[in-house]
Amino acid sequence: MTTTATSTATATGSGTGTGSPAATPTTTTYREAMRAALREALAGDDRVFLVGEDVGRYGGSFGVSLGLLEEFGPERIRDAPLSESAFVGAGIGAALGGMRPIVEIMTVNFSLLALDQILDNAATLRHMSGGQLCVPLVIRMTTGAGRQLAAQHSHSFEGWYASIPGLRVVAPATIDDARGMLASALADPNPVVIFEHGSLYNSTGTLTDGLPRDIDTAAVRRPGTDVSVFAYGGSLGKALAAAEELAGAGLDAEVVDLRTLRPLDDATIMASVRRTHRAVVIDEAWRTGSLAAEVSARITEQAFYDLDAPVERVCSDEVPIPYAKHLEDAALPQVADVVAAVRRTVA
Amino acid sequence: MNSTADTTTTSAPAAPRPTRRRRPRTGGSLPDAEGHRRDLLRQMLRIRRFEERCVELYSATKIRGFMHLYIGEEAVAVGVLASLAEDDAVVSTYREHGHALARGISMEAVMAEMFGRVTGCSRGRGGSMHIFDAGRRFYGGNAIVGGGLPLALGLALSDRMLDRDRVTACFFGDGAFAEGEFHECINLAALWRAPLLLVCENNRYAMGTPLATTHARTDLAARAASYGVEAHAVDGMDVEAVEQATREALAAIHADGAPRFLEMLTYRFRAHSMYDPDRYRDKAEIQRWRRRDPLSLLDKRMRDGGELDDAGLAALQEAVDREIAEAVDAADAAPYEPVEDLARYVLATPDEARGLTS
Repeated sequence: MTTTATSTATATGSGTGTGSPAATPTTTTYREAMRAALREALAGDDRVFLVGEDVGRYGGSFGVSLGLLEEFGPERIRDAPLSESAFVGAGIGAALGGMRPIVEIMTVNFSLLALDQILDNAATLRHMSGGQLCVPLVIRMTTGAGRQLAAQHSHSFEGWYASIPGLRVVAPATIDDARGMLASALADPNPVVIFEHGSLYNSTGTLTDGLPRDIDTAAVRRPGTDVSVFAYGGSLGKALAAAEELAGAGLDAEVVDLRTLRPLDDATIMASVRRTHRAVVIDEAWRTGSLAAEVSARITEQAFYDLDAPVERVCSDEVPIPYAKHLEDAALPQVADVVAAVRRTVA
Repeated sequence: MNSTADTTTTSAPAAPRPTRRRRPRTGGSLPDAEGHRRDLLRQMLRIRRFEERCVELYSATKIRGFMHLYIGEEAVAVGVLASLAEDDAVVSTYREHGHALARGISMEAVMAEMFGRVTGCSRGRGGSMHIFDAGRRFYGGNAIVGGGLPLALGLALSDRMLDRDRVTACFFGDGAFAEGEFHECINLAALWRAPLLLVCENNRYAMGTPLATTHARTDLAARAASYGVEAHAVDGMDVEAVEQATREALAAIHADGAPRFLEMLTYRFRAHSMYDPDRYRDKAEIQRWRRRDPLSLLDKRMRDGGELDDAGLAALQEAVDREIAEAVDAADAAPYEPVEDLARYVLATPDEARGLTS
C-alpha cells in the first residue's frame, strides 16, 4: 500500500464520493474515485451498464461498485455467473448493438478465460470486417501482486494486452486518473482495457477536480534531471519513493507515469530520456517479453545516442508469485531495487 | 413439418417482463404460394452451385486459405434466413457462405472477398471465413468455434436493454456445443431473457471426430432444454421443416423475449475443408445422407405437386449460373486493397465510429 502515487497535489478537505466533479480538491480513495467515475458514467448515459462477477449484491469484489445496484438497478448493475468468456463476449456484442458496456473482470488471471473474446473479437472485428464495425467497450480488471494472494491472483499481464493491435490499454495510478480515465475510455469508440492495481484501492490522495483525464499520454509525476524512472500502476508509488530516497543522496530522478500502455506515448518517454540520458523501467510483470522490454527497446531504437548508460529494468522474478510474504516481497520490484538500478546507471 | 421437429420440448417459465414494442408478424405460419417454394429452391441452388464453382476456383488457386463448404446443409441457412426480418441480426461461423448468400449479401461481394479483393464484403481482409455485412446485420464469419455465441448473446442483450423488438440468430455446430462458451451463453441467455435464436447445425462431425466421440449424450436439443430453454430437434435436410420450426421459434421469442434453441439435424456431403482427405467417414454413410439431399427433397416435393418441371429447373439453374459467372468475372477484375491501407481500421476515430453501432 502506498499513498505516494497521489502526491502530485496537496490534500485539502475530505472525500465525498459523489458523482459530480469536485470544484475544489478533496481527499478520497482510489476505490471511491473509481466508484464516482462509474456513477457519473451510469447517470450520464443510459447506454452504459456494468456487468461482471459480484458487481451487484456483493458490491464488487474490491468494493468498487458498492451501492450502485441500489442506485441503478439490476439491469444496469448486472451480476454475471462465473462465465468470463460469455459475459465479456456479451459486452462486445452489446457494444456492437449500441450499448456502452463496462465489463469488470475480477482479476487479470481470470481474464485469460476471456482472452479469445478480447483478442479475436473485441480487438479484431473492426479490421477483419474492413472497417464496418467498431467495439466501444470498456473492460476493467484488477491486476498485480503484493497482497499474498499467491500465484493465481497476482500476476501482471498488462504487457500482453498492450501488445494487441485494436485495443487501448490504460493503467490509472493516481486518484485523478482513477476518477478521470473512465470517462475518456467510454468516449472512445474502441475497446479500452483499464488495469487497476489491487494495492491501490485503499490508497488515499487528492482528487483535483473530478474532470476527465486523457488516455493518450504519459505524465511526468516528478521532474528531475539525472535519470528517468518509468513506471505504471502499482509501481508508480515505488518509483516516487525511490526518487525521494535518491534525492537524499543528491540524485535527482524524474518519474514518468506511463498511464497509457497502448499506444505508448513515445514522445513523452523520449523527451524525458533526452533530458536525463539515463533510463530505468519498472514493471511488476515477468522480465521476459514484458512491457518494460518494449519500453526499453523503444528507447534503444529512438534515443540510443542520447543514452549515457544502458537501460535498466526492474521486473518481477520469473517465478509464479508465491504466497509467503518474504518470498512474494523477494519476487516483486521493491524500492531498494529501483534505487540500486538507478545507481547502476550513474556508476 | 417433419415428425422429428417436436421430439424435445421444455417450456421456459413465463416470467413477467417489461413491455416490448411489437410490430405485426406473420407468426408461425409459412408464407404460402408456390413462388415461395421456388424461391427456397433457388436459394439452395445458388449456394450449391456457388460452392461447386468455389471448388474449381480453389483448384485454380484463385481462392486460397481455409475454405469450408456447406454443401448438404443448404436447407438450414435457407430455411432460417427466409424467416428472419431485415432488422434481425445474424452471427455465423467459418462455414458461412450459405448464410451470407441467403442473408442477401451479393454473390459478387462474397466471391470478391474470397478472391481477396477490395470489393469483397470485408475488403478482402477476411476471406472465406470472415464474411461481414454490417448493413445487413451480418456479424461474421467467426472462425473460433463457439466464438460467435457470446457476441450474439450481447447483440440480443442490447435489443433487450434498448427495448427493440428484434432477434439475433446465431449459427454454430455440434463442435461448438462441446465448448464451454455454449453452455455459458445458453445459461446467460435464459437468465437474462435475451431474444436469441440458437441454431445448432448438427452435421454429426466436429471436423473429423464423430458426434458420439465428442458428446456423452448426443441428443443436443434435450441437453439444451436442461437450461430451461425451449428446444427442438428439426430435420435439417427439409428446408420447409427448417423454416416452419424457425418461424415458430421466432414467434415464441417475439411473444416472451426468451431464447429458443433449434438443433438442425444435417450433414455435410463434402470434406471439412479443402485440406481434409475425409478418411474418417464411411462412404456408404455419405451416400445414405445424399439420398436426403435437401435440394432433391424439395425438387421432388415440387414436382409431385406439379410446381416444377425439367424446364422450370433448367431456367432456375441457368439464372443461378449466370449470376455466378458474373460474380466470378467481377471478382477477377476487381482491384486489391492498396497496401498503404494495411493499418487502416485497426482503431476507429470518433468520426468513423458514428453510426457503426446499433
